[in-house]
Amino acid sequence: MTHTLADDSQGVAGSVPPQGPLLEVRDLSVEYVLERGVIIAVDHVSLDLGAGEFLAIVGESGCGKSTLLFAVAQLLYPPAAITSGSVTFRGRNLVGLTETDLAAIRWKDMSVVMQSAMNALNPVLSVGAQFRDAMRAHGVTSKEQIAQRSEEVLRMVGIDTVHLKSYPHQLSGGMRQRAMIAMAMLFTPDLIIMDEPTSALDVVAQRSLMAQIKDLQRQFGFAVIFVTHDMSLVSHFSDRLMVMYAGQVSEVGRTRQVFDAPKHPYTVGLMDAFPSIRGPRTPLVGIPGSPPDLARPMEGCRFAPRCPKVFARCKTEPPPLYLVDGVDVRCFLYEDGGPR
Amino acid sequence: MTGLSTQPGPVPQAEPGVEPLLRVERLSKHFKIGNALSRKTLHAVDDASFSVGERQIVAVAGESGSGKTTVARVLARIYKPTSGEVYFQGKPLSAIRSRRDRLRYSGDVPMVFQDPFSSINPVFRVSHGIMRGLKLHRPELDKEQRYAEAVRVFDAVGLNPGADVLQRYPHELSGGQRQRVGFAQALALRPKLVLADEPVSMLDVSIRIGLLNVMAKLRDDEGVSILYITHDLASARYVTDRLIIMYAGHIVEAGPAEDVLSRPRHPYTELLLAAAPDPRAPLNVSADADLGEPPRVIDPTPGCRFRWRCPLAIDVCHTVTPPLRELLPDHSAACHVAQADTPTGAFR
Repeated sequence: MTHTLADDSQGVAGSVPPQGPLLEVRDLSVEYVLERGVIIAVDHVSLDLGAGEFLAIVGESGCGKSTLLFAVAQLLYPPAAITSGSVTFRGRNLVGLTETDLAAIRWKDMSVVMQSAMNALNPVLSVGAQFRDAMRAHGVTSKEQIAQRSEEVLRMVGIDTVHLKSYPHQLSGGMRQRAMIAMAMLFTPDLIIMDEPTSALDVVAQRSLMAQIKDLQRQFGFAVIFVTHDMSLVSHFSDRLMVMYAGQVSEVGRTRQVFDAPKHPYTVGLMDAFPSIRGPRTPLVGIPGSPPDLARPMEGCRFAPRCPKVFARCKTEPPPLYLVDGVDVRCFLYEDGGPR
Repeated sequence: MTGLSTQPGPVPQAEPGVEPLLRVERLSKHFKIGNALSRKTLHAVDDASFSVGERQIVAVAGESGSGKTTVARVLARIYKPTSGEVYFQGKPLSAIRSRRDRLRYSGDVPMVFQDPFSSINPVFRVSHGIMRGLKLHRPELDKEQRYAEAVRVFDAVGLNPGADVLQRYPHELSGGQRQRVGFAQALALRPKLVLADEPVSMLDVSIRIGLLNVMAKLRDDEGVSILYITHDLASARYVTDRLIIMYAGHIVEAGPAEDVLSRPRHPYTELLLAAAPDPRAPLNVSADADLGEPPRVIDPTPGCRFRWRCPLAIDVCHTVTPPLRELLPDHSAACHVAQADTPTGAFR
């Protein structure tokens, strides 16, 4: 697989955060080695994340967004493996670190909130016991300290402290996700990685959780990488938005800018796929077809078979990322700075 | 896409004297939970009445635990109602006894399931399910006619070329295509009413719209009515004529979709609207305070079930269950405050 010019020389110029990067991902590729072939789930992705920044990654199922997240957190296990690139977190490359080294970083400097809190929490331990385990693993042994901090983080997310004694099944879906977020905040890390934390929740609970995450972030200044398939969910919460398609970055830029003026035909299609709850009722078409099979290597642009603006070159040559008005976009239409 | 209209159909009025396609009368479904020592009753649906007309898409919307799926399952005769009655074409469901009547009803009112990955048998070609349905429900057709009909309905739901897709195995199809197979299987039975339980919620956003357009097309071209169970108000608005909002087993608001969403009368409908993410609209901060905790419907006491979350609750809400009452023409809500008052504006 050839990687593109823009990935090398320009890096992610269009999206350099103001304060200098907390996390630098360069040319990261992840492959799954399966019987039916090698699947390149993440293909030379680069991104920078500044301290206190909220980055949303959106895409359809199978676009590699969760794999990217797991690769950043070094949580991949076979058959998935990082085949190239680096993940530099606070100046240290995490790729190739031993589990012991990683364990010291996890929870403390970087924590992960999974999609299903029901599966991420231990069903036979109370919430408090799980908090205690995490703190002990990082050298906090004083009972008072553990109790005090546990109550503190639970209050931060709006759960009554009596629930320290509750087991996960006794909490509602929204409370479980809040408890997970509380646990992620035990050591006030610099980075919290979230993989669709709201997808199992109802719309009202979803909304209130988003508002709470944003609130905590403002208060404590941690950075967030938030993966979701629902673009509209993050429209008001993220600083930057990264759209992934078939393992690649197809567009990345400031959230408002991407929403107001989507550039990549895929982003435009995604925006037009949401019926609006207000405003005029207009017939929508969505995006015809389905994403490509990543086990079969494609020549040219991966979105070409579904693209309404496809032309001859798209089918033979993979487009690099072009920087246009501060937004990186992987589409030949923007080769000279704008649509022809 | 021709033949598609997302415009609401003729305003569906329950005209006096004209029997609607489906009429649900004071339907309740309770489940017994707990053991001999702690016997409790879960009120999944309480006292729900509504109707579905010919060529009409009716959405039942609400959060998990609101009873919307239970309604669909009662209509599919998976559950027997605890009380109340369902009339299909004027005939009560409880009168269905013979195998012939049962078969006819399940052919008239088929169901499309939420999960397209587990609702199709993976070891057979997709033609298998649809041909079996045809053989069972339309015995008048011979083998060639059945095949021709299968091709026709596959084409009708956008699986082109139908003859080609019929020969594939489920794993060769995408999620969106599988869900279309679900609709094709229902359509092959020449249904009057399709029960669609969250048919698009497992699909990616880019293909959801395609399925919603299929639903609109079935209504417009094939004259099928659809009961669309969903938690997504925006998709309900896109495709439906009527909207029914459920909360904790009660119908709290019902009316023409556009009317309910533009002039909501129940505070819960307003909360749902305020919480719906909409990139095109500014953020509505008033929805943030509500934690979205599910309601209690185990051995409920009288009173409005939304009262613990309602910013407008008054004394009477704690003691008297508000009835569903028509507040605007053809638009009803079950709320003491709304019934005493004009628009609530609680979450605006």
